[in-house]
Amino acid sequence: MDNLLSIITFLPLVAAVILAALLKGEDAAAQQNAKWLALIATSATFLISIFLITGFDPNDTGFQFVEEREWILGLTYKVGVDGISVLFVMLTTFLMPLVIAACWDVTYRVKEYMIAFLVLETLMIGVFVALDLVLFYLFFEAGLIPMFLIIGIWGGKERIYASFKFFLYTFLGSVLMLVAMIAMFVDAQTTDIPTLLNHQFASETFPLLGVEVVGGVQTLLWLAFFASFAVKMPMWPVHTWLPDAHVQAPTAGSVVLAAILLKMGGYGFLRFSLPMFPVASDLLAPLVLWLSAIAIVYTSLVALAQQDMKKLIAYSSVAHMGFVTMGIFAANQQGLDGAIFQMLSHGFISGALFLCVGVIYDRMHTREIDAYGGLVNRMPAYALIFMLFTMANVGLPGTSGFIGEFLTLIGVFQVNTWVAAVAATGVILSAAYALWLYRRVVMGDLIKESLKSITDMTTRERAIFAPLVVMTLLLGVYPSLVTDVIGPSVAALVDGYETALLAADTRLAGN
Amino acid sequence: METIILFAPLVGALICGFGWKFIGEQAACWTATGFLFLAALLSWIVFLTFDGVTEQVQILRWIESGSLSTDWAIRLDRLTAIMLIVITSVSALVHLYSFGYMAHDENFREGEVYKPRFFAYLSFFTFAMLMLVTADNLIQMFFGWEGVGLASYLLIGFYYRKPTANAAAMKAFVVNRVGDFGFMLGILALFFLVDSIKFDDIFAAAPELAETQLSFLWRDWNAAELVAFLLFVGAMGKSAQLILHTWLPDAMEGPTPVSALIHAATMVTAGVFLVCRMSPVMEFAPYATGFIVALGACTAFFAATVGLVQNDIKRVIAYSTCSQLGYMFVAAGVGVYSVAMFHLFTHAFFKAMLFLGAGSVIHAMHHEQDMRNYGGLRKKIPYTFWAMLIGTLAITGVGIPATLFKLFDRPIGFAGFLSKDAIIESAYAGGTGVALFAFWALVIAALFTSFYSWRLMFLTFYGSPRGDKHTHDHAHESPPTMLAPLGVLALGAIFAGMVWYKPFFGDHHKVEAFFGIPTSEVHAEAAPVSLPMAAHAASEAAEGDGDGHGDGHGDGHGDDHDAGTHALPGEGAIYMAPDNTVLDDAHHVPDWVIWSPFIAMLLGLMGAYQMYIRRPDWPAKLAANQRPLYLFLLNKWYFDEIYNVIFVQPAKWLGGFLWRSGDGRVIDGGINGLAMGIVPFFTRLAGRAQSGYIFTYALAMVIGIVILITWVTIQGAG
Repeated sequence: MDNLLSIITFLPLVAAVILAALLKGEDAAAQQNAKWLALIATSATFLISIFLITGFDPNDTGFQFVEEREWILGLTYKVGVDGISVLFVMLTTFLMPLVIAACWDVTYRVKEYMIAFLVLETLMIGVFVALDLVLFYLFFEAGLIPMFLIIGIWGGKERIYASFKFFLYTFLGSVLMLVAMIAMFVDAQTTDIPTLLNHQFASETFPLLGVEVVGGVQTLLWLAFFASFAVKMPMWPVHTWLPDAHVQAPTAGSVVLAAILLKMGGYGFLRFSLPMFPVASDLLAPLVLWLSAIAIVYTSLVALAQQDMKKLIAYSSVAHMGFVTMGIFAANQQGLDGAIFQMLSHGFISGALFLCVGVIYDRMHTREIDAYGGLVNRMPAYALIFMLFTMANVGLPGTSGFIGEFLTLIGVFQVNTWVAAVAATGVILSAAYALWLYRRVVMGDLIKESLKSITDMTTRERAIFAPLVVMTLLLGVYPSLVTDVIGPSVAALVDGYETALLAADTRLAGN
Repeated sequence: METIILFAPLVGALICGFGWKFIGEQAACWTATGFLFLAALLSWIVFLTFDGVTEQVQILRWIESGSLSTDWAIRLDRLTAIMLIVITSVSALVHLYSFGYMAHDENFREGEVYKPRFFAYLSFFTFAMLMLVTADNLIQMFFGWEGVGLASYLLIGFYYRKPTANAAAMKAFVVNRVGDFGFMLGILALFFLVDSIKFDDIFAAAPELAETQLSFLWRDWNAAELVAFLLFVGAMGKSAQLILHTWLPDAMEGPTPVSALIHAATMVTAGVFLVCRMSPVMEFAPYATGFIVALGACTAFFAATVGLVQNDIKRVIAYSTCSQLGYMFVAAGVGVYSVAMFHLFTHAFFKAMLFLGAGSVIHAMHHEQDMRNYGGLRKKIPYTFWAMLIGTLAITGVGIPATLFKLFDRPIGFAGFLSKDAIIESAYAGGTGVALFAFWALVIAALFTSFYSWRLMFLTFYGSPRGDKHTHDHAHESPPTMLAPLGVLALGAIFAGMVWYKPFFGDHHKVEAFFGIPTSEVHAEAAPVSLPMAAHAASEAAEGDGDGHGDGHGDGHGDDHDAGTHALPGEGAIYMAPDNTVLDDAHHVPDWVIWSPFIAMLLGLMGAYQMYIRRPDWPAKLAANQRPLYLFLLNKWYFDEIYNVIFVQPAKWLGGFLWRSGDGRVIDGGINGLAMGIVPFFTRLAGRAQSGYIFTYALAMVIGIVILITWVTIQGAG
């Protein structure tokens, strides 16, 4: 199958086009058809992507399943995956059917809603497989549009404000990245990512507007990319769009946002910042490490103060992304393995947590923590699921949440013990806010009149959670499933990074 | 066999927790109990047939990343074997006991099914605890460590309708996490230093660690000291040592069988186990172990003082547990790990029994826990009374001091007498100033222990009935499922000490053989001859010069101890460095040291007798006279209040402040003021033209792409 990646990438888009072109009407039957079509399309995408993972050779650290063809205006369409990106593709295809199933009860403009998610899936997969700068930028930026619409049209009361905040933050970051990409093209005369990975960008100090720029061109490029990816992650202090976006987004939108869209920032660091600008990365790593450590403590404390369930989980997401950026810029095997693992694991866990909020939001139409209490009395199955993911969020060993946190901490300890110690306080704070949330929502006697008739999870809801439960526990007990795939590629990345730094040092010494 | 022991409770928990709907409530509970008894039986077989040679069983790969490589694997050595029988035996008995205790629980309504959940949690706890003790690397141990934390959280909050239970559950988890923070940093540091977190590698590298400096936070530290200290912080949390002890008394909100299993016999002793397990590192960290001794002694003393005035029967026993754990840490800290394990072992029996006995009393009194409402129950619940009496005799340390009489070369007394006195003698033999402080603290704590234990007995079983008359009239003996475990534990509380005295606290050849520490031929032959002489010399030296006992002993034993080649770190279950002669010295302490805990015990008994039998009006008068002191003790030295003021409230306040001011005013308002200015503008725009905003964005993006493509084409063409 020569076109496997393209098939996986564009299958959802094709389904979206079919939906847009052929499905007419707004009645219940049409809505049902739209949902089924979307579910089948996303499930098919996932099933096909199984060929990708089974056909993938982890020991080959180069790009695999590469497709390259001429495209419009002399541009090249080039896709492929390596050990770093392949699992993100899998994460996306795995989660999308669950996301579609999670919006089964939506009744407002269902067809368009489904189209938005299908288009979004194509664009998200596109980001992870693109091997051409222009293509990457296209997917990266275009992905904002469906998400923007999902929040803006199907969101809560403040959706307009939230969607614009989301858009402006991410867009302003992207503009700088665009400038940097142009500069890279000028310098290297190519937009081919594999070639750029081997290109050495100048790292000699030069003066700019009277300021000595240490690390030279690399630093400038790094900063431009950083602006985009840091917002996307999001890193402290440019994280404030996330809680607002999450609160206003519909449940399925929150799941995609937290589980997949945030990972694009981390993926960007892995694909561009670290390998292409090693000198600048090395130079600025302390900054990132400290921002990450601050993020973990700061957002965990803020999470303690939240009254809105979704906001609390959103802040918790920022804290968990702090471990990711910390692991990446520790720039060693454990740190990078941990960062990738944490991103995948967070995909399952945060997705599940937002679904947990969705379950009771669908019933009570409020996210206020104070509106709940004692749910365990009437919803034992829900209490169990919520407990499991609360514990996974807290990083209990045996769940996937632990592996990522542990590996990133081990990675960063070798680089900076202060950062490791500050970040490790996250294990205390996360327990505090997560258990406090659980206690206020689930535990206690059921006193509130409004909750007296609340019902436990339906079969559909249980079926959505089941795969997430399995993955969270499976990866916690047998993480080699992931580390075996990413290990060799990460090792090559670390190797290349260190070689590049060494070379830069020698050049510097030579001069 | 070890694998079956390890996974039987997990299988039982899963069947019970998820399968009860299919096989029925009662059958589910019996399944879990059955698996536990199977595990207990196999554990005893393993323990009794174990030859001391460390075995390892690999089960599955676990975390692998670069040079970090860990497996799910079982390490079976003597420490593990001891823990296996303690955990599975107590757990099996607690399972059985729970059939009676949990039969009709007023915290649940008619028709609510709660028993399978309870049994599943208990079995899951047992699994996690077994994971902790069978781990062959630190991270698997951490898995068990956190797993028991989760089980503890679930079981403390088992009565989920009670706000106090929920608060206590959360407190237990969070405070334990503070300890885990240290534990985690310890693991990180060890991996950084040794490049492995497997016990074998760490033990082998221990002597090197002592020579290594590690830059951590603001300065360089001796690596062994730092690692030992960080790991001990973890132990402090789990074992409720001073500073991190506040969760344990609150944990009594859980059902009483839970208190017996988790918060007395097993989980809380995990910290002691950790220190013993890491003995090869501890031996190279004199300052860290000094700290362990000091903190253990302080905890033993502190908890005993608080136990004097508590009125809730379970809280008295909880503080007693806290205090006894302090004893164990003192033993581990001065370097006699076998003695720490000895007390852990005997304590498991008698403390589990005290708790289960208390549970029986509570059961009889319709869930009344305030001792002020007890009294005169001896006749009503005779079996429970006898069990509690045996438990009290054991914990207060009743026996015949060794200088008077020995049978088969071992002292005669209840289990606690042998192990506790062994600790006190070891503390004295420890030789350092800290150890001497610990010795006195422990003797005083022994006095208090005796006092509060007898106070509990007198208030509960003697005197005239107080409180609700109806309750007293209906007080009834517990069913056989509850009494049988008491009987078994009573046997342990009486005989465990005497039977296993030699291997834990005999001469060091017996101890070495028991723990699988290799001894050379020469050593074994020379020993019987040289020991009595050395003993004589040592006791003379000690009598002659009380202060200089440390030096005197070291000299007296030098020849004897160095006769053979010494074991290396990692050989055998525990490691005692060549210069660690405390175990030998402890057998040669002056007579008054041996007598002191005995006398303390008698004084405590007499005090309690005087105040609660002869003059029951005294306690109230004393409390009124010494009101500040009384309140200070009653309120547990105000730890909770202080922590609330310096940690909990500031954290909440800071969270709110960072959110409103940090995120709200500074970030959204300042740094991104531009964006915030634009957002409303766009919002208004969007309000006017519904679809307009989409195009605004799309346009901007198209412009971006056009610029890029233009560049590419121009450059490509050029």
